Amino acid sequence: MKTHHAKRVTIIIEAPMRRRLEEAFGKAGVTGYTIVPVLGGSGRSGRWSSEGQVGLSGGMVQFVSVIRPDRLDALLDAAFDLVENHIGVVTVSDCGVLRAERF
Amino acid sequence: MSDILSLASENLLSPIILSFVLGLLAALARSDLTFPEAAAKALSIYLLFAIGFKGGVSVAGHGLDATLGATLLAGVALSAVLPFVAFALLRLMSRLDRLNAAAVAGHYGSISIVTFLAGSSLLAQRGVDAEGYMVAVAAVMEAPAILSALWIVSRGGESRFDANLLREILLNGSIVLLVGAFAIGWITGQDGMQKIQPFIGAPFQGVLCLFLLDMGLIAGRGLRRTRASLGMGVIAFGIVMPLLGSLAGLGAASLLGLSLGGTILLMILAACASYIAVPAAMRVAMPEADPSIYLTLSLGVTFPFNLAVGIPIYYALALVARGGF
Repeated sequence: MKTHHAKRVTIIIEAPMRRRLEEAFGKAGVTGYTIVPVLGGSGRSGRWSSEGQVGLSGGMVQFVSVIRPDRLDALLDAAFDLVENHIGVVTVSDCGVLRAERF
Repeated sequence: MSDILSLASENLLSPIILSFVLGLLAALARSDLTFPEAAAKALSIYLLFAIGFKGGVSVAGHGLDATLGATLLAGVALSAVLPFVAFALLRLMSRLDRLNAAAVAGHYGSISIVTFLAGSSLLAQRGVDAEGYMVAVAAVMEAPAILSALWIVSRGGESRFDANLLREILLNGSIVLLVGAFAIGWITGQDGMQKIQPFIGAPFQGVLCLFLLDMGLIAGRGLRRTRASLGMGVIAFGIVMPLLGSLAGLGAASLLGLSLGGTILLMILAACASYIAVPAAMRVAMPEADPSIYLTLSLGVTFPFNLAVGIPIYYALALVARGGF
């Protein structure tokens, strides 16, 4: 089956920044994304866990979006302003999709 | 003296404090005991609704006190001013830079509703009444401290205020729930209370125990991971600041002429530090500040201090100030 080239962007960011990042996706014209809860992890700022947390400050969320390659720069520009000073990870990878018209 | 000791032991040996200790020890001992995030949030929603509703019912029963407006204003003023005291104290006692000191300071004007609940429980155990509207005072004390901290840090550079952040601070979920439940309790009064008493009455202490067990786990995990990053000066601040805050609360309560219970609750509100609303706001507005400092200090030092030692001290101080001891 024929597949079409696309970019998969994942952004792990602090939970309090979730709404702002959703807005940044919207401004970049990216309307398709999924937000995934994450359980815990470890990084430059030490270990963290979402277990038992009642506030947002200790948690992280992951955004996953598959977009057309020509939209990548706009999304990364919009997201970078938010991610620059915050704890998080941004990755971009190549992927293939079956229905190109949906992205 | 024996009264003070009996008060301290009554507090320390209460199920809610022992639940917190259990959680703390379990986390320090690296037990795999955990609370799912959703369960912890559900418990906090229950507690906020119950305490807000009860406060509203109490105001409906006793009527509006003339000191309500003045007490709300005093709460706002305490919340706004205490971060400046905390900031000055931190710069004096620790080596924290301006940004981290401001971020920590913001936590010490805002409030911990669980400390307030623990204080309310002790008052209920001892049959001491307090003004029902103290719940509303707790709600208005959440936000001003955050604005003060943002102002402190904005003085030296770019503004940290933005419209979205202000809206998030003022419409923070815990404030909306507390004030909303207070309004429902006030509107429905004793009739409303009778309808939901089995839900918000009897289970309350048990739910509070579970919530404090979770708080103990979070505090223990935070201490285990980050205690090395807190210097002695910062830890000492986490104990001195609540004492100073309580004295400010005592002064305000004396001026307002609050009851003994109301005085103790205002002291507790002025003495506690936030670990829910303020850290989230600080992550948005001051991402460069180190969260391990303010979260560990608020939750791992000041919260247990207030629960175990602070509340009985504030109780005793309020009694002494009224000539009760």
